[in-house]
Amino acid sequence: MSDTLTPVLTDNWDTERAWTLASYEERGGYAALDKAFAMAPDDVINAVKESGLRGRGGAGFPTGMKWGFIPQDNPKPKYLVVNADESEPGTCKDIPLMMASPHTLVEGVIVSSYAIRANTAFIYVRGEVLHVIRRLQRAVQEAYLAGHLGKNIHGSGYDLDLIVHAGAGAYICGEETALLEGLEGRRGQPRLRPPFPAVAGLYASPTVINNVESIASVPSIIVNGPSWFAGMGTEKSNGYGIFSLSGHVSTPGQYEAPLGITLRELIDLAGGMREGHELKFWTPGGSSTPLLTPEHLDVPLDFESVGAAGSMLGTRALQLFDETTCVVRAVLRWTEFYKHESCGKCTPCREGTWWLVQTLAKLEKGEGSEADLDLLLDQCDNILGRSFCALGDGATSPISSSIQHFRDEYLAHLTHGGCPFDPAASTAFSPVGAEA
Amino acid sequence: MSTPAKLDEKTWGELREIAARYPEARSGLLPMLHLVQSVEGRVTPEGIEACAEILGISAAEVNGVATFYTMYKRKPVGDYHVGVCTNTLCAVMGGDLIFERLKEHLDVGNDETTPEEDGRRSITLEHIECNAACDYAPVMMVNWEFMDNQTPESAVQVVDDLRAGAEVTSTRGPRLCTWREAERVLAGFPDDRADEGPTAGPASLAGLAIARENGWTSGADAGSDKGESK
Repeated sequence: MSDTLTPVLTDNWDTERAWTLASYEERGGYAALDKAFAMAPDDVINAVKESGLRGRGGAGFPTGMKWGFIPQDNPKPKYLVVNADESEPGTCKDIPLMMASPHTLVEGVIVSSYAIRANTAFIYVRGEVLHVIRRLQRAVQEAYLAGHLGKNIHGSGYDLDLIVHAGAGAYICGEETALLEGLEGRRGQPRLRPPFPAVAGLYASPTVINNVESIASVPSIIVNGPSWFAGMGTEKSNGYGIFSLSGHVSTPGQYEAPLGITLRELIDLAGGMREGHELKFWTPGGSSTPLLTPEHLDVPLDFESVGAAGSMLGTRALQLFDETTCVVRAVLRWTEFYKHESCGKCTPCREGTWWLVQTLAKLEKGEGSEADLDLLLDQCDNILGRSFCALGDGATSPISSSIQHFRDEYLAHLTHGGCPFDPAASTAFSPVGAEA
Repeated sequence: MSTPAKLDEKTWGELREIAARYPEARSGLLPMLHLVQSVEGRVTPEGIEACAEILGISAAEVNGVATFYTMYKRKPVGDYHVGVCTNTLCAVMGGDLIFERLKEHLDVGNDETTPEEDGRRSITLEHIECNAACDYAPVMMVNWEFMDNQTPESAVQVVDDLRAGAEVTSTRGPRLCTWREAERVLAGFPDDRADEGPTAGPASLAGLAIARENGWTSGADAGSDKGESK
């Protein structure tokens, strides 16, 4: 039985200057390299497969299986690209990881690149996090000087170059093929699949794209063994993950726990909701995952259980809203975000998100009629499953789930002639919130 | 080779240096445009032409990229770029009120810059999307450095200090540099501030502190919990 919280990736975040190579090596950092180099690359892939690690960027695809898709008989170079474009609203785990311990990621990049036989790797980090980029740049520089990167690493005969690449502001670049477009110096618009990146990715060469947390988890699996990792979590959702609590909770923050912990347990750990208030709705894994309510507090936060509850585990971005929050206002703002970030490539998303905003904005102002709710659901129906990539699908999640759970609140805007909530009451600095 | 007047030889050299970092030169375009902004204060026609010439692509292609990404600006940016997160969670937690207060206080609208004045630094104000710091909501970014847990009053204080030229430090990072200096780091030319600021902010450590109090570990062999595997 695992402990309630299982710090692995967060374990050195309370160390002074944890971002430095000296600090990282002092606690056994880079030990996974020699262990991996003593294994055949395929055995490293098998270890990750056995661990049951599933992608931590939201989709939950088995990491080892993804690596196994790389056609090793393809004569082109192989590439590893780390998706560090963390932009899904509510998601805030990769950024503190890279700020506190960039070497954890760099070590993971080296082991993972060795496994897929890549000699060049990239960290595509969103541009809007300057200090994180500084720490990554410094960590890569230190790793080169220490011989963890470059030619003949640790005398193994294995070479790897690692390039830190700053993006320039585009949510869509979190989509893996749009990210590759950005990394190739183009507009970040998704590519048609197939061919999948494993076959034709960066520069039309075999490419693995993984989330920061997935790659950062790899050294722990190599050092402690796949069964250690698989011993945590639930049957099909193995291991640990960082759960990010934000919003109207007493102690927002990062909580690293085995998959399968419940929101009730997490809120208890975080000291409850802010005093005098109660949970109204929440996202399990970012704004693209359908909203849940207090009736879902005991759903195990693993891929299967959250799916069965009608949502998705996503990035474990638990945004918690109490009864002072207007769900229509919340959903309208997310919808404006999707409209702004729609890349324009496909019609259902480009036009659809625009119409969603029009309809929602009218409802939020208390204009329109009950029939507009059906119109919204019809618009969602024309976007979901018809868009080129998951951005359009995600845009419909908050709308359809909020109408399902909070239809009366939409109607209250019509009878009230506008929003019945006081926007000041929901703020962190509201007297209502502070004194309650 | 025609060298447009405004970009000096050093910049041309650095743009080529960026392109040379990659297996295929065009991959350098995003950081090259960051460098153009650091030198020019925005993406200029000269900068676009230079990128196009170095990469052997058309200016229209470079322009297409420059207009796609929101961090690239066509109008001059002030000494400091102040971004207030108004995505749902931060908006609800107070981001909307902070943004309203700053617009009023600075007398500018979204994506506008305070006028150049003697002895005062200029500020470009913008509302931004989720910046991956939701556990520190409401969040403001200055030149893409974190200013966590803001209130309307604290945000006003920050912009007043910035305009007066006082040294301001990120709540979870280093002393703030100017927007142009920040853009140079994004282009891949590091400054010397990586070692400033904390390892992590308080919210990042919330779960870890509870694990420490209770003696909870992952049972891993490596790290500070060595020997405590169960």
